This record gives sequence, structure tokens and C-alpha cells, in this order.
Amino acid sequence: MGNPADRVYSKEHEWAKIAGNTAVIGISDHAQDALGDIVFVEMPKVGAEFKSMQEFGVVESVKTVSTLYCPLSGKVTEINTELASRPELINSDPYEKGWIIKLELANPAEKDALLSAQAYDEMLAAKK
Amino acid sequence: MTDLFADIPESVRLKTPLKLPPPLSEIELLDEMRALAEKNNPADNFLGGGIYNHFIPSAVKALISRGEFYTAYTPYQPEASQGTLQAIYEYQTMLCSLTGMEVANASMYDGATAMAEAAKASCRITGRKEITVSSAVNPNYREVLKTYCSGADLKLTELPFDPDSGQATRDPRRATDSACYIIQQPNYFGNIEEVAGLAEKTHANGSLLIVSVDPISLGILKAPGDYGADFVVGEGQSLGNPQNFGGPGLGLFAAKEKYLRQVPGRLVSKTVDRNGKECFVLTLQAREQHIRRERATSNICSNEALCALAACIYLSLMGKPGLKKVAELCLQKSNYLKNKLGNKVRWPNTPSFKEFMLTNGRLVCVTELAKKEALDKLAAEILAA
Repeated sequence: MGNPADRVYSKEHEWAKIAGNTAVIGISDHAQDALGDIVFVEMPKVGAEFKSMQEFGVVESVKTVSTLYCPLSGKVTEINTELASRPELINSDPYEKGWIIKLELANPAEKDALLSAQAYDEMLAAKK
Repeated sequence: MTDLFADIPESVRLKTPLKLPPPLSEIELLDEMRALAEKNNPADNFLGGGIYNHFIPSAVKALISRGEFYTAYTPYQPEASQGTLQAIYEYQTMLCSLTGMEVANASMYDGATAMAEAAKASCRITGRKEITVSSAVNPNYREVLKTYCSGADLKLTELPFDPDSGQATRDPRRATDSACYIIQQPNYFGNIEEVAGLAEKTHANGSLLIVSVDPISLGILKAPGDYGADFVVGEGQSLGNPQNFGGPGLGLFAAKEKYLRQVPGRLVSKTVDRNGKECFVLTLQAREQHIRRERATSNICSNEALCALAACIYLSLMGKPGLKKVAELCLQKSNYLKNKLGNKVRWPNTPSFKEFMLTNGRLVCVTELAKKEALDKLAAEILAA
């Protein structure tokens, strides 16, 4: 089963679902599986700005703390406050309810540098 | 035995016997050690400046000497370490109670590194790269801060103390870009700092307030948590640990709960096992150096478990009334001496706790152990000098 084709992926296992000038950001199924049970998500404040591949937060599981890299440059317009009380949503539903932040994109053309679902699937297969 | 030295080149091996006296029997050895010990001249102890001579109940040494505590290793395996973990949990709880803070860690190496760690944590939290400290803070601690800052590319600003009162400046607004303002209470000179409104002024800058305490003084002084401190650090040696020529120390570290994930070192917490039974574990370990590496909260992932245990036992035995009594005795005895010395005292009108400075620059420390005769004798000697 491949990763959803309606979005693009970064090498650091984040996904970005783009609609015009905005994007929803989260981490892939592979990432949540590798992390194990997620217990805490450190999210930026609304209004914070990030450049492509800049660290925007942290996701903490029982066994590790992993950096979140912003796949596209932009300004945070919304954060998933549900994750404060239910961080496990990232494990159970990484592509929908487990979204992390929403961005207003500074440079939508950056998406061309990211991987399609198929390219991401191939990258994961090659790692095995 | 020759196999043991096989790797050492022949050319550098010692060929002659060591120049040592002949072996002694146990009786002769005891006589020799006794003779050496008798050369000691136990003087009255007025030493302070960060490490203090307080009473240690006999029960402390007796309990910490138990093999189960004395030889226990780091409690990474909770299933085999419930005793150690519970003791540390109790220590953390007592420290929170004493300082008025919400969370405490399992301890750091000493007061100096605890201060540096709190400063670094404040930089991570605020995103700022400058630290401000009062010059009335222990100079050794400020040296450690300098070391930490140089490695981490942080700027250290030292605010001069008020020379007329011997207290920290009350205007931390001069430190506008700082991650934190650090004071010591009582300060290095033994003077009690005026803390009313300090947290508010510091926070108005967007900075955090770090207070380094003498834990004994908390028997009578206001808990820093009650006046808005963000981090409370300090040297815990005074609690049940001997002076020992300056170490080992016990780094006290407590914070507001909102900073929990930025707290360095080890944290013990209470939880339930899969059978629903209460138990204790090390938690939030993913933040520690051996897992998070260069992004960890600290390079230190150790603590002073035995010293913390001694502190915990000391506090249990003293209780709140006992600690209050010790603090009152320190206050009264030191002020008794201070009042006798008149103009030999540098700041006679500034309230002080158990230490004060003389005009010749010497620090005098008087704890609950000081006897009146010793104080009178010292007073006479100082006045005559």
C-alpha cells in the first residue's frame, strides 16, 4: 500500500498537502511507525515563520525525541491543538487527524523539490 | 605475573625495587596513622563561601552506608531499583516543597553547574543568547558560567552590586536582551537580597528569574517559588553532607512545570506498572544526552544520588520545625558576632543570614554549631587586629 498520492514528501519523512497558497504539514506513516508511541509534540506558535528544511518543532516518543523539519517556507497559520491532549493521533492517523501545522506558503514553487508519493515509496523501498 | 607486563617494552621496565619502607603490621600501621592524626589542630570552623559546616545527625551516615544504597548503580532498570528511585523521588518532592517550585530533578553535580544549566535552559526557552548575573553571586559560580558561555557562544553580562549595601542591583532592566537574570539568596557576602518585585521586573524584560539558594536559609526566608522564580538552583551540601574540603557537591535544580521538558539531568517520576501497582521510573529520558546527543538538554546525564539521599534523610529527620530552628540559630549567632564587631563589618546595616564580610575582605560564617565562647574569642581577636 503506497503513501497517499494527494501530497508531496520530504526526505525527512514530512508530508505537505498543498492547496493553492496553503499547505497542511505532518509526518509520514513510516515516521510514526519508526518513532513508536508518541507522547508529546512541541509545536511552534501561530505566526512563526520558517524557511524550507528549518526545524519547526519536535516530536517525542517513549524512546526518542525527533526534530521536525519544515518542508516548505512559510508562516504558521494554524497548529493542531488536539495533539496537546492526544499526541497519539499521529500514530493512529498520520495523514488526516494527525496533521501538525498549517502554513501560508512563501514560495509555492518549492514543492517541485519535494518527492511525489511514488518517489517517496521508492525511497523507502530502497532503504530496506 | 610477568604476562601482565608483557606489553610494556623491556627498555622501560623498572629493574630495581620500589623505594618504600618495609611493610607494617596492622598494630604498627594503626599507631602510625594515630600519630599523624594527632598532628591535626582542630580550630573553630568559621569557613563558608559556598560550603558550610552544619550539624549532620548520626542517622544520616548510618543509613547512607547501607550497602543497598551505598553501592547501588544508576537506576536505569526500574524493576531492580525501586528503593533508589523512591528515595530520589522523595528528594525531588522535598526540594519542591522547600523551594516552592513545581518540578525538581534528581540533582546536578553542584550549585555552580546547576546555575549554568538553568542559564542554558533559559536561553533555549527564550531563544536569547545572553545571560545576566549579579556580581554578588559566588565568584566561582560566575567562572563556571563563563566557561559554559564560551563553549555555547553565549554572552555573559555581570551587573555590579551596590557597593553601599552589598546587595545585587535592583534594576535588571539594564539586561534587556537577556534570557535570564541570576541572583544568589543570600548572596556571596551573606547579605539578604531584596526580592520583592524582582520577578515582575525581570519578566517585563522577557527574561527568566533564576535564584541560587542556600537551602538552610529556606527554613526562614521566603521560598523563591512564592516570589516568581522560574528556576531555583543552589548547593545542597549543607543538607546532611560534610564539608569534605569542598566536595562532592549536590546541585539543587527546580523549575516551574511549564519548563519541564527543558529541565536537564535525570527526572524520577511515579507511575503504575502493568498490574496497576504504584512504582517509580526515570522519565523523559529521550531528552538526555545519551539519546538526544548534541540536541540534548545537557551533556550531563548523571546526578549525586548518595548526596541527595543524605539531604533527603537530613530533611526527614529535621522536618520543617527543625530546619527553621537551624536557620534561626544561624541567623542569631552570626548576628550576635556581627553586632560585636562594630566598624570592622563592611555592611553592618544590611540584613545578613549566616555570613558577613569584614572591612578587610574576609568572609566570616557562623552556623548553628558555633559556641558562644568561640564567638567571643573570635570577636576579641578581630577587634584587636
